[in-house]
Amino acid sequence: MSNEWPLWEVFIRGQHGISHRHVGSLHAPDAEMAMKNARDVYTRRNEGVSIWVVEARHIAASSPSDKGPLYEPSQSKVYRHPSFFDIPDEAGHM
Amino acid sequence: MGGVETPTASLLEAKSDLFEFLLRMGDNTLILGHRVSEWCGHAPVLEEDIALANTALDLIGQTQMWLGLAGEVEGQGRSADDLAFLRDVWDFRNLLLVEQPNGDFGQTILRQFLFDAWHVEMLTRLTDSSDARIAAIAGKAVKEASYHVERSGDTVIGLGDGTEESHARMQAALDRLWPYLGEMFQGDAVDEAMAGAGIAPAPEALQTPVMERIEAVLAEATLTIPETRHAQSGGKTGTRHSEHLGHLLTQMQWLQRAYPGATW
Repeated sequence: MSNEWPLWEVFIRGQHGISHRHVGSLHAPDAEMAMKNARDVYTRRNEGVSIWVVEARHIAASSPSDKGPLYEPSQSKVYRHPSFFDIPDEAGHM
Repeated sequence: MGGVETPTASLLEAKSDLFEFLLRMGDNTLILGHRVSEWCGHAPVLEEDIALANTALDLIGQTQMWLGLAGEVEGQGRSADDLAFLRDVWDFRNLLLVEQPNGDFGQTILRQFLFDAWHVEMLTRLTDSSDARIAAIAGKAVKEASYHVERSGDTVIGLGDGTEESHARMQAALDRLWPYLGEMFQGDAVDEAMAGAGIAPAPEALQTPVMERIEAVLAEATLTIPETRHAQSGGKTGTRHSEHLGHLLTQMQWLQRAYPGATW
Protein backbone atom coordinates (compact mmCIF):
# COMPACT_ATOMS: atom_id res chain seq x y z
CA MET A 1 0.00 0.00 0.00
CA SER A 2 1.29 3.41 -0.93
CA ASN A 3 1.74 6.04 1.77
CA GLU A 4 1.20 8.81 -0.74
CA TRP A 5 -2.13 10.61 -0.79
CA PRO A 6 -3.84 10.31 -4.17
CA LEU A 7 -3.40 13.02 -6.78
CA TRP A 8 -6.31 15.36 -7.53
CA GLU A 9 -6.78 17.69 -10.47
CA VAL A 10 -8.19 21.11 -9.60
CA PHE A 11 -10.56 23.21 -11.69
CA ILE A 12 -11.49 26.76 -10.71
CA ARG A 13 -14.21 29.02 -12.05
CA GLY A 14 -12.90 32.55 -11.95
CA GLN A 15 -16.25 34.29 -12.17
CA HIS A 16 -19.88 33.50 -12.75
CA GLY A 17 -20.74 32.65 -16.33
CA ILE A 18 -17.21 31.46 -17.16
CA SER A 19 -16.41 27.76 -17.31
CA HIS A 20 -14.10 26.00 -14.85
CA ARG A 21 -10.47 25.87 -15.93
CA HIS A 22 -7.79 23.42 -14.98
CA VAL A 23 -5.35 25.22 -12.68
CA GLY A 24 -3.13 22.46 -11.36
CA SER A 25 -3.04 19.46 -9.11
CA LEU A 26 -2.43 18.54 -5.48
CA HIS A 27 -2.40 15.63 -3.06
CA ALA A 28 -5.12 14.98 -0.49
CA PRO A 29 -6.51 11.97 1.42
CA ASP A 30 -10.12 12.50 0.31
CA ALA A 31 -12.38 14.79 -1.72
CA GLU A 32 -13.19 17.09 1.19
CA MET A 33 -9.55 17.71 2.02
CA ALA A 34 -8.77 18.06 -1.69
CA MET A 35 -11.37 20.84 -1.82
CA LYS A 36 -9.87 22.54 1.24
CA ASN A 37 -6.33 22.20 -0.10
CA ALA A 38 -7.48 23.59 -3.45
CA ARG A 39 -8.97 26.56 -1.61
CA ASP A 40 -5.72 27.14 0.23
CA VAL A 41 -3.33 26.52 -2.65
CA TYR A 42 -5.20 27.93 -5.66
CA THR A 43 -7.62 30.63 -4.45
CA ARG A 44 -5.51 32.63 -2.00
CA ARG A 45 -5.39 35.60 -4.35
CA ASN A 46 -9.12 35.77 -4.90
CA GLU A 47 -9.01 33.65 -8.06
CA GLY A 48 -12.27 31.81 -7.80
CA VAL A 49 -15.96 31.50 -7.07
CA SER A 50 -16.21 27.74 -7.54
CA ILE A 51 -13.89 24.75 -7.21
CA TRP A 52 -14.07 21.29 -8.78
CA VAL A 53 -11.68 18.55 -7.76
CA VAL A 54 -11.43 15.16 -9.41
CA GLU A 55 -9.11 12.34 -8.55
CA ALA A 56 -6.58 12.15 -11.36
CA ARG A 57 -7.07 8.40 -11.87
CA HIS A 58 -10.67 9.08 -12.94
CA ILE A 59 -9.57 11.17 -15.88
CA ALA A 60 -9.25 9.26 -19.14
CA ALA A 61 -6.61 10.89 -21.32
CA SER A 62 -5.67 10.48 -24.96
CA SER A 63 -2.29 9.01 -25.69
CA PRO A 64 0.39 11.31 -27.15
CA SER A 65 1.48 8.51 -29.50
CA ASP A 66 -1.97 8.54 -31.12
CA LYS A 67 -1.70 12.13 -32.19
CA GLY A 68 -1.30 11.25 -35.87
CA PRO A 69 -4.59 9.42 -36.34
CA LEU A 70 -6.40 11.60 -33.81
CA TYR A 71 -5.54 15.12 -34.89
CA GLU A 72 -3.78 15.25 -38.23
CA PRO A 73 -6.85 14.41 -40.34
CA SER A 74 -8.53 17.62 -39.22
CA GLN A 75 -5.63 19.79 -40.29
CA SER A 76 -6.58 19.62 -43.99
CA LYS A 77 -10.29 20.27 -43.56
CA VAL A 78 -10.42 23.99 -43.81
CA TYR A 79 -14.12 23.86 -44.77
CA ARG A 80 -14.94 22.93 -41.20
CA HIS A 81 -14.08 26.42 -40.05
CA PRO A 82 -16.96 28.87 -40.31
CA SER A 83 -14.69 31.38 -41.98
CA PHE A 84 -16.56 31.67 -45.30
CA PHE A 85 -19.35 33.83 -43.95
CA ASP A 86 -19.56 37.59 -43.74
CA ILE A 87 -20.63 38.38 -40.20
CA PRO A 88 -22.85 41.47 -39.96
CA ASP A 89 -21.41 44.15 -37.70
CA GLU A 90 -24.59 44.09 -35.61
CA ALA A 91 -23.79 40.53 -34.55
CA GLY A 92 -20.86 41.84 -32.54
CA HIS A 93 -18.06 39.68 -31.22
CA MET A 94 -18.52 35.96 -31.90
CA MET B 1 -11.87 75.61 36.00
CA GLY B 2 -15.53 76.01 34.98
CA GLY B 3 -16.43 74.29 31.72
CA VAL B 4 -13.35 72.08 31.52
CA GLU B 5 -14.32 68.45 31.73
CA THR B 6 -11.93 65.98 33.21
CA PRO B 7 -12.50 62.26 32.71
CA THR B 8 -14.04 60.69 35.75
CA ALA B 9 -12.33 57.77 37.43
CA SER B 10 -15.01 55.37 36.19
CA LEU B 11 -14.58 56.50 32.60
CA LEU B 12 -10.83 55.96 32.81
CA GLU B 13 -11.40 52.53 34.27
CA ALA B 14 -13.83 51.61 31.49
CA LYS B 15 -11.23 52.69 28.95
CA SER B 16 -8.50 50.60 30.53
CA ASP B 17 -10.83 47.57 30.73
CA LEU B 18 -11.56 47.92 27.03
CA PHE B 19 -7.84 48.28 26.26
CA GLU B 20 -7.16 45.13 28.29
CA PHE B 21 -9.88 43.21 26.46
CA LEU B 22 -8.55 44.27 23.05
CA LEU B 23 -5.04 43.21 24.03
CA ARG B 24 -6.39 39.78 24.94
CA MET B 25 -8.03 39.40 21.53
CA GLY B 26 -5.02 40.74 19.64
CA ASP B 27 -2.38 38.89 21.65
CA ASN B 28 -4.17 35.57 21.11
CA THR B 29 -4.09 35.97 17.35
CA LEU B 30 -0.57 37.46 17.36
CA ILE B 31 1.05 34.70 19.40
CA LEU B 32 -0.82 31.87 17.69
CA GLY B 33 -0.18 33.46 14.30
CA HIS B 34 3.53 33.58 15.05
CA ARG B 35 3.54 29.99 16.32
CA VAL B 36 1.78 28.73 13.20
CA SER B 37 4.13 30.74 10.97
CA GLU B 38 7.02 28.75 12.45
CA TRP B 39 5.83 25.86 10.25
CA CYS B 40 6.39 27.82 7.05
CA GLY B 41 8.68 25.68 4.90
CA HIS B 42 8.64 22.78 7.39
CA ALA B 43 5.15 21.26 7.15
CA PRO B 44 4.92 17.55 6.28
CA VAL B 45 3.36 18.18 2.87
CA LEU B 46 3.27 21.18 0.56
CA GLU B 47 -0.51 21.57 0.78
CA GLU B 48 -0.40 21.77 4.58
CA ASP B 49 2.50 24.17 4.45
CA ILE B 50 0.50 26.62 2.37
CA ALA B 51 -2.66 26.09 4.41
CA LEU B 52 -0.81 26.75 7.68
CA ALA B 53 0.80 29.86 6.25
CA ASN B 54 -2.64 31.09 5.17
CA THR B 55 -3.95 30.54 8.70
CA ALA B 56 -0.99 32.35 10.21
CA LEU B 57 -1.50 35.29 7.88
CA ASP B 58 -5.21 35.44 8.70
CA LEU B 59 -4.36 35.59 12.40
CA ILE B 60 -1.69 38.27 11.95
CA GLY B 61 -4.17 40.29 9.87
CA GLN B 62 -6.70 40.07 12.69
CA THR B 63 -3.97 41.12 15.11
CA GLN B 64 -3.43 44.33 13.18
CA MET B 65 -7.09 45.19 13.64
CA TRP B 66 -7.31 44.27 17.34
CA LEU B 67 -4.04 45.86 18.41
CA GLY B 68 -4.64 48.85 16.13
CA LEU B 69 -7.91 49.48 17.94
CA ALA B 70 -6.26 48.82 21.31
CA GLY B 71 -3.69 51.54 20.60
CA GLU B 72 -6.46 53.90 19.54
CA VAL B 73 -8.45 53.21 22.70
CA GLU B 74 -5.37 53.63 24.88
CA GLY B 75 -4.75 57.05 23.36
CA GLN B 76 -1.02 57.10 24.05
CA GLY B 77 -0.03 57.04 20.39
CA ARG B 78 1.03 53.38 20.34
CA SER B 79 0.47 51.56 17.03
CA ALA B 80 -0.28 47.87 16.50
CA ASP B 81 3.41 47.38 15.68
CA ASP B 82 4.47 49.14 18.90
CA LEU B 83 2.22 46.85 20.91
CA ALA B 84 3.42 43.72 19.11
CA PHE B 85 7.14 44.41 19.13
CA LEU B 86 7.84 46.69 22.09
CA ARG B 87 6.21 44.84 24.97
CA ASP B 88 7.75 42.13 27.12
CA VAL B 89 6.32 38.85 28.44
CA TRP B 90 4.41 40.28 31.42
CA ASP B 91 2.54 42.74 29.19
CA PHE B 92 1.08 40.01 26.97
CA ARG B 93 -2.53 38.93 27.54
CA ASN B 94 -2.84 35.80 25.38
CA LEU B 95 -4.17 32.47 26.58
CA LEU B 96 -1.48 30.05 27.72
CA LEU B 97 -2.73 27.58 25.10
CA VAL B 98 -1.56 29.64 22.13
CA GLU B 99 2.01 30.12 23.38
CA GLN B 100 2.58 26.37 23.81
CA PRO B 101 5.26 25.00 21.46
CA ASN B 102 4.28 23.51 18.12
CA GLY B 103 5.45 20.01 19.02
CA ASP B 104 4.71 17.63 16.17
CA PHE B 105 2.21 18.40 13.44
CA GLY B 106 -0.56 16.69 15.41
CA GLN B 107 0.03 18.85 18.47
CA THR B 108 -0.04 21.99 16.32
CA ILE B 109 -3.29 20.98 14.68
CA LEU B 110 -4.93 20.01 17.96
CA ARG B 111 -3.90 23.33 19.55
CA GLN B 112 -5.31 25.07 16.50
CA PHE B 113 -8.60 23.21 16.73
CA LEU B 114 -9.05 23.91 20.47
CA PHE B 115 -8.40 27.59 19.84
CA ASP B 116 -10.53 27.75 16.68
CA ALA B 117 -13.50 26.16 18.47
CA TRP B 118 -13.40 28.94 21.07
CA HIS B 119 -12.45 31.66 18.60
CA VAL B 120 -15.30 31.12 16.18
CA GLU B 121 -17.85 31.15 19.01
CA MET B 122 -16.32 34.27 20.55
CA LEU B 123 -16.19 36.13 17.23
CA THR B 124 -19.75 35.13 16.38
CA ARG B 125 -20.94 36.71 19.65
CA LEU B 126 -18.74 39.76 19.09
CA THR B 127 -20.51 40.55 15.81
CA ASP B 128 -23.35 41.71 18.10
CA SER B 129 -21.03 43.84 20.26
CA SER B 130 -22.38 47.18 21.48
CA ASP B 131 -19.08 48.64 20.22
CA ALA B 132 -19.45 49.04 16.45
CA ARG B 133 -15.68 48.88 15.86
CA ILE B 134 -15.45 45.53 17.61
CA ALA B 135 -18.49 44.19 15.76
CA ALA B 136 -16.88 45.19 12.45
CA ILE B 137 -13.57 43.45 13.21
CA ALA B 138 -15.42 40.35 14.39
CA GLY B 139 -17.55 40.34 11.24
CA LYS B 140 -14.45 40.12 9.09
CA ALA B 141 -12.55 37.70 11.32
CA VAL B 142 -15.39 35.24 11.88
CA LYS B 143 -15.36 34.20 8.21
CA GLU B 144 -11.70 33.28 8.49
CA ALA B 145 -12.21 31.51 11.82
CA SER B 146 -15.13 29.49 10.41
CA TYR B 147 -12.84 28.07 7.77
CA HIS B 148 -10.02 27.51 10.27
CA VAL B 149 -12.21 25.44 12.60
CA GLU B 150 -13.57 23.36 9.75
CA ARG B 151 -10.09 22.60 8.47
CA SER B 152 -8.47 21.94 11.85
CA GLY B 153 -11.47 19.89 13.04
CA ASP B 154 -11.39 17.68 9.94
CA THR B 155 -7.65 17.17 10.33
CA VAL B 156 -8.00 16.25 14.00
CA ILE B 157 -10.59 13.65 12.98
CA GLY B 158 -8.43 12.37 10.13
CA LEU B 159 -5.36 11.94 12.34
CA GLY B 160 -7.18 10.76 15.48
CA ASP B 161 -9.15 8.15 13.56
CA GLY B 162 -6.16 7.39 11.34
CA THR B 163 -3.27 5.01 11.79
CA GLU B 164 -2.11 3.59 15.11
CA GLU B 165 0.74 6.07 15.17
CA SER B 166 -1.29 9.15 14.25
CA HIS B 167 -3.90 8.20 16.86
CA ALA B 168 -1.25 7.81 19.56
CA ARG B 169 0.30 11.17 18.69
CA MET B 170 -3.06 12.93 18.75
CA GLN B 171 -3.94 11.37 22.10
CA ALA B 172 -0.58 12.50 23.52
CA ALA B 173 -1.23 16.02 22.20
CA LEU B 174 -4.68 16.05 23.77
CA ASP B 175 -3.34 14.87 27.14
CA ARG B 176 -0.73 17.61 27.01
CA LEU B 177 -2.95 20.49 25.91
CA TRP B 178 -6.14 19.69 27.79
CA PRO B 179 -5.18 21.59 30.99
CA TYR B 180 -4.89 24.78 28.91
CA LEU B 181 -8.52 24.68 27.83
CA GLY B 182 -10.09 25.91 31.07
CA GLU B 183 -8.52 29.37 30.90
CA MET B 184 -10.79 30.23 27.97
CA PHE B 185 -13.83 30.08 30.19
CA GLN B 186 -12.51 31.85 33.30
CA GLY B 187 -13.82 35.38 33.70
CA ASP B 188 -12.37 38.21 35.74
CA ALA B 189 -13.22 41.85 36.47
CA VAL B 190 -12.32 42.92 32.92
CA ASP B 191 -14.66 40.31 31.45
CA GLU B 192 -17.42 41.38 33.83
CA ALA B 193 -17.03 44.98 32.72
CA MET B 194 -17.15 43.94 29.04
CA ALA B 195 -20.21 41.76 29.55
CA GLY B 196 -21.91 44.47 31.60
CA ALA B 197 -21.44 47.00 28.81
CA GLY B 198 -22.64 44.55 26.17
CA ILE B 199 -19.24 44.70 24.49
CA ALA B 200 -18.32 41.02 24.79
CA PRO B 201 -19.86 37.81 26.14
CA ALA B 202 -18.87 36.53 29.56
CA PRO B 203 -16.24 33.79 29.03
CA GLU B 204 -18.32 31.35 31.06
CA ALA B 205 -21.20 31.72 28.59
CA LEU B 206 -19.05 30.25 25.81
CA GLN B 207 -18.21 27.05 27.65
CA THR B 208 -21.23 24.94 26.70
CA PRO B 209 -21.28 25.61 22.95
CA VAL B 210 -17.49 25.44 22.63
CA MET B 211 -17.20 22.21 24.61
CA GLU B 212 -20.03 20.65 22.61
CA ARG B 213 -18.13 21.28 19.41
CA ILE B 214 -14.85 20.05 20.87
CA GLU B 215 -16.35 16.90 22.35
CA ALA B 216 -18.15 16.04 19.11
CA VAL B 217 -14.93 16.30 17.08
CA LEU B 218 -12.86 14.40 19.64
CA ALA B 219 -15.46 11.62 19.73
CA GLU B 220 -15.37 11.31 15.95
CA ALA B 221 -11.57 11.35 16.16
CA THR B 222 -11.81 8.37 18.60
CA LEU B 223 -9.77 10.33 21.16
CA THR B 224 -10.29 10.02 24.90
CA ILE B 225 -10.87 13.19 26.90
CA PRO B 226 -8.44 13.28 29.85
CA GLU B 227 -9.91 12.88 33.32
CA THR B 228 -8.10 15.85 34.82
CA ARG B 229 -10.13 18.88 35.84
CA HIS B 230 -6.99 20.92 36.46
CA ALA B 231 -6.85 24.17 34.49
CA GLN B 232 -3.70 26.23 33.96
CA SER B 233 -4.25 29.95 34.13
CA GLY B 234 -2.36 33.25 34.17
CA GLY B 235 -1.98 33.95 30.44
CA LYS B 236 -4.88 36.29 29.78
CA THR B 237 -4.14 38.23 32.96
CA GLY B 238 -0.41 38.27 32.23
CA THR B 239 0.39 37.08 35.74
CA ARG B 240 1.91 33.72 34.88
CA HIS B 241 2.95 33.04 31.32
CA SER B 242 4.78 29.81 30.59
CA GLU B 243 8.52 29.89 29.88
CA HIS B 244 7.75 29.41 26.17
CA LEU B 245 6.44 32.93 25.58
CA GLY B 246 9.77 34.60 26.35
CA HIS B 247 11.56 32.39 23.84
CA LEU B 248 8.90 33.11 21.22
CA LEU B 249 9.28 36.86 21.75
CA THR B 250 13.05 36.75 21.32
CA GLN B 251 12.41 35.36 17.82
CA MET B 252 9.46 37.57 16.98
CA GLN B 253 10.93 40.81 18.34
CA TRP B 254 14.62 40.30 17.59
CA LEU B 255 14.77 42.92 14.86
CA GLN B 256 13.32 45.70 17.01
CA ARG B 257 15.54 44.60 19.88
CA ALA B 258 18.70 44.61 17.74
CA TYR B 259 17.80 47.70 15.71
CA PRO B 260 15.43 49.80 17.82
CA GLY B 261 13.08 51.90 15.73
CA ALA B 262 14.04 50.21 12.45
CA THR B 263 11.43 50.67 9.72
CA TRP B 264 11.02 49.49 6.14
